[in-house]
Amino acid sequence: MAMTKIGRSSGTSRFFNICRWTTSLANTTTTTTRDETKILHTTTTSTSSKGGGGTTKSMNLFTAINQALHIALDSHPRTYVFGEDVGFGGVFRCTTGLADRFGKQRVFNTPLCEQGIVGFGIGLAAMGNRAIAEIQFADYIYPAFDQIVNEAAKFRYRSGNQFNCGGLTIRAPYGAVGHGGHYHSQSPEAFFCHVPGIKVVIPRSPREAKGLLLSCIRDPNPVVFFEPKWLYRLAVEEVPEDDYMLPLSQAEVIREGSDITLVGWGAQLAVMEQACADAQKDGISCELIDLKTLIPWDKETVEASVKKTGRLLISHEAPVTGGFAAEISASLVERCFLRLEAPIARVCGLDTPFPLVFEPFYMPTKNKILDAIKATVNY
Amino acid sequence: MALQLLKSKNVVSLFRSKLGFLAITKQPKCYFTHQIHSFSRTLTQNLESPCEFSCKNPNFMSFYRWESTMAEKHLNITEHAMDYPGGKVKYTSDLSFISGSPEERIQCYRVLDENGHIISSSNFIEIGKEVAVKMYMDMVTLQVMDTIFYEAQRQGRISFYLTCIGEEAINIASAAALNFDDLVFPQYREPGVLLWRGFTIQEFANQLFGNEADYGKGKQMPIHYGSNKHNYVTVSSTVGTQVPQAVGAAYSLKMDGKNACAITYFGDGGTSTGDFHAGLNFAAVMEAPVIFFCRNNGWAISTPIADQFRSDGIVIRGQAYGIRSIRVDGHDAVAIYTAVHEARQMAIQEGAPVLIEALTYRAGHHSTSDDSTKYRSAHEIEWWRSSQDPVSRFRKYIERKGWWSTEAESELRTNTRKQLAEAIQVAERSKKPPVADIFRDVYDVVPSNLSEQEKLLRETISRHSKDYPSDVPV
Repeated sequence: MAMTKIGRSSGTSRFFNICRWTTSLANTTTTTTRDETKILHTTTTSTSSKGGGGTTKSMNLFTAINQALHIALDSHPRTYVFGEDVGFGGVFRCTTGLADRFGKQRVFNTPLCEQGIVGFGIGLAAMGNRAIAEIQFADYIYPAFDQIVNEAAKFRYRSGNQFNCGGLTIRAPYGAVGHGGHYHSQSPEAFFCHVPGIKVVIPRSPREAKGLLLSCIRDPNPVVFFEPKWLYRLAVEEVPEDDYMLPLSQAEVIREGSDITLVGWGAQLAVMEQACADAQKDGISCELIDLKTLIPWDKETVEASVKKTGRLLISHEAPVTGGFAAEISASLVERCFLRLEAPIARVCGLDTPFPLVFEPFYMPTKNKILDAIKATVNY
Repeated sequence: MALQLLKSKNVVSLFRSKLGFLAITKQPKCYFTHQIHSFSRTLTQNLESPCEFSCKNPNFMSFYRWESTMAEKHLNITEHAMDYPGGKVKYTSDLSFISGSPEERIQCYRVLDENGHIISSSNFIEIGKEVAVKMYMDMVTLQVMDTIFYEAQRQGRISFYLTCIGEEAINIASAAALNFDDLVFPQYREPGVLLWRGFTIQEFANQLFGNEADYGKGKQMPIHYGSNKHNYVTVSSTVGTQVPQAVGAAYSLKMDGKNACAITYFGDGGTSTGDFHAGLNFAAVMEAPVIFFCRNNGWAISTPIADQFRSDGIVIRGQAYGIRSIRVDGHDAVAIYTAVHEARQMAIQEGAPVLIEALTYRAGHHSTSDDSTKYRSAHEIEWWRSSQDPVSRFRKYIERKGWWSTEAESELRTNTRKQLAEAIQVAERSKKPPVADIFRDVYDVVPSNLSEQEKLLRETISRHSKDYPSDVPV
């Protein structure tokens, strides 16, 4: 890929200050749902990433996503970014500077209508364009569910491959944010994991997000890309400034261990990392896997790990019943039944709508995970 | 709401900057107070003047510039206008609601009367002989095709079928007015558009039988045609989903500078969907060159118009979105041809959407799964089928021009029936697509979970071959 210097770096510097401020704010808030806000950095074991040949820059998640979008629009002229409020930069700043740089015909606001956003995006993609649609919050994706499930996911299959909308990427912020309540905190990934024909990708950090998003945009299948909003400002790490892609459907072992395998995605990995660190103090060696792509998902990597450790724990914010942990659990029981030393544990959200003041109770916290690790190891 | 706005610092500063403009236009300086108080003023005479109010509450109107109260009291409110977001709006002191329906229904554009005569005052496009004859022949082919395929379903040879009886002119004339490059997003009652573009009877039959030659590779029910080489996007059963997709495609055509538009078809029922609303609104805002073609045939399965909406059909909704619209006689091939031709020009030249509502009648059942005599009279169906038949109307027109004859008619019908019989035989005898195709095209490449499932399925098939249809190659 050509080295692309993103020319907005001077504009992003102020975000770092905000980030540090927000971090301390989060620590002092009584309703903070994270035990610690130590953010999971991309480890050096992620040698799968091709990025790193050029310079890196410390940036947060929304800046990394913004860079990916700048690169996507710059490298492919028939690329469009659209959605509610994307013109001025978006409610999470992910689309900052795009309209100024690429023009309002390629980066534009849409009416407030998710089914229109996705339907329009499918039409654009069907013409061979790269259509990057933003849904303002994953909580609002449901009006577009018909277009995603009945249209986008089946566009290629039902036409006998005469048509496809592979150029479609739907981006949406998801997950708990500390004060989001029912409609600014949801993790709807499980609904989409049940739909053959689309891909579901969730990054854990800025560096992962940029590389994965570029892969999603360029992947010839429609993709739903959930961005952990909690990390938009809080997650800061060195991100290569050039154009790089990270592979889809490839899970990554981000912490090696031998006693138990933990699988997660997105913001939850940071919480799981903390639990692993605490477990280490009690002599439990945890292997932590970032699934990254939920469908089609990398069963092989998880299976290899569980064959090594004999124990599995899956954690996600979404409610436990019917959550994606159930799919992972069922698949691993099929593959590793005789190797398993304990039942597969799931540490997930409660089966309730996402509550506001009760967020700390709802969430799969570090201690819940730690308790489950110990219970599994001591089974 | 206006009072809440005052609390917003941003709005106050916005109006502060607006005041200078309004001074130039000779609006009263305290127009903002008029905004809050004018409504109550008309209702009650007791309210203190806004200036008195402001005197008592100096902090309330921090931006207020003092003006003569005498002059204000004599101002006629109907002269006031305001630059709201979206444009200037005049005020009125009349309390009147816009009626829910126009006094008269929007008129219907028609060129040919029931006997195929040009209505003298008509403004229309003269269709040349070659195009007109092809149009007529395709309308007949469509009619014969529908009859025979419908019969084939009744005989159990195909699983499903639906006809477009009564809508032959809509299908063929609209297609004839388009260019080949115009992208078509159909609902499901528009196979005539494909026919016009050269899809063969055999190709139709292959899809109906879902055989190995079906471009859709046996994935969908009959009539779910699609052909990329004919610029006809594959049909999906879901109603209305194609509408916003057509808008996205049209936008792409505009951005690529193509001399082409997108057209999408839907029925009266389809206009009740959220996707219809989404599509029209997006098209207007994005300025997409798309033709929205509504086949208002009076029925959505068993649901008549009165149970579908209470507006004057669909044409009247165009203006609600800022879209130009026209109502045409759906049984009049020349009117449809003209309207679509003009709409196409407008759409491409101006980058703007156009809405066409064709009034027609679904003379057949909804599909082979429906018996419409259960909810409407056979007499009504027969009346429409015979007296409003678009095919015979156009036949009269071209016969009068000397372009057609009884001999040509019987030859065409005989040949078409023969072609159909052959095509059905060939399609029926052909193998289905192979089992491997089940797993192809879910994604661009087959992912590992599907390879695994294919392997397991093949093992199952070899153990229990009798569970599986023998015409699907393993």
